[in-house]
Amino acid sequence: MIERDLAAIWVYLSTTPLLGLTITLVTYSLAHQLYIYANSNPLLNPVLTSMVALIILLVFTGTSYETYFEGGQFVHFLLGPATVALAIPLYQQCSKLRKLFLPVAITVISGALIGAFSSIGIAWFLGASLQTQLSLAPKSVTAPVAMGISEKIGGLPSLTAVLVVLTGIIGAVIGSKLFELMRIKDDSVKGIAMGISAHGIGTARAFQVSSEMGAFSALAMALSAFATAVILPWLLNFLGMLN
Amino acid sequence: MNFLNGITLLLIYQLAGEISVLLLRIPVPGPVLGMIMLFITLVWRGRSSTSLDSASTALLSHLSLLFVPAGVGMMVHFDRIINEWLPISIALILSTVITMAATAAIMLASRRLLTKKVQKDD
Repeated sequence: MIERDLAAIWVYLSTTPLLGLTITLVTYSLAHQLYIYANSNPLLNPVLTSMVALIILLVFTGTSYETYFEGGQFVHFLLGPATVALAIPLYQQCSKLRKLFLPVAITVISGALIGAFSSIGIAWFLGASLQTQLSLAPKSVTAPVAMGISEKIGGLPSLTAVLVVLTGIIGAVIGSKLFELMRIKDDSVKGIAMGISAHGIGTARAFQVSSEMGAFSALAMALSAFATAVILPWLLNFLGMLN
Repeated sequence: MNFLNGITLLLIYQLAGEISVLLLRIPVPGPVLGMIMLFITLVWRGRSSTSLDSASTALLSHLSLLFVPAGVGMMVHFDRIINEWLPISIALILSTVITMAATAAIMLASRRLLTKKVQKDD
């Protein structure tokens, strides 16, 4: 009897956005607490753990992604205004940026090209389909921009979104170790590299290291989103990779 | 009220960005153009406002959360990811390491080169 009631309640709730939205927020705050509890172990990155937990939950309850996204879209939507909001840390770092303008510009443009073409090249070499290669190309750019680029160049925007998230997690996990190996101590350099290669998830990680690294990461992420969005569709078109 | 004003302003800039992209047919996503327009406005005004600061801090401090719904979309692409798991995972890991190491090295080198130049000029 109770089971039937619960099933009926589940059927009712799964048709409203409330459930998808609430489980996203609850799962994320649990994942975040786990992350804090584990002394910010990068392998327990909250995006990764909440993603895995939510997928398991959805698969087990037989809920489709579309149904979940009815609620998830409210969180997803905020990526747009969050992108616009990047103008503020960018503005706050304006004086530092002015001093470092040329090195930052050189690094951002070469980073955007290296990020896109290394992933296309490696995927092509290992036999991935063209659509997968194109979906991989904007993987280092923040999600809303990467999805826009992917759509423009003929990739799958939803696949790109996933690849972007995975890239960010990889960057956040390997970042500190890599900089240690390269013996880089300067937070501005680490931040720039983090923002270009691992966008918002890397930036969130950078802010935990220091506010300077975070600000530079946010700056690099915003600039590389802009550079990639302007250069990549045009360049791929020029190289004849798009039909 | 501060937060509300700030988020309203962010949405207005996003909307202006989206509309300009459609009208001018620029191949840039709307929010990026909105960000650039807001940045130019801030530089032109010479200061930010408390409402903008509070809205952006709120949004950017929970930036990771905003990626979760898109990440869950992985379940839709299980087939493709399983079929092409090797190229996808190697491309993701290797390319991220390459990009991060290369950008850090380029940043260090170009900054050193430029500061040397400045010292020579002195």
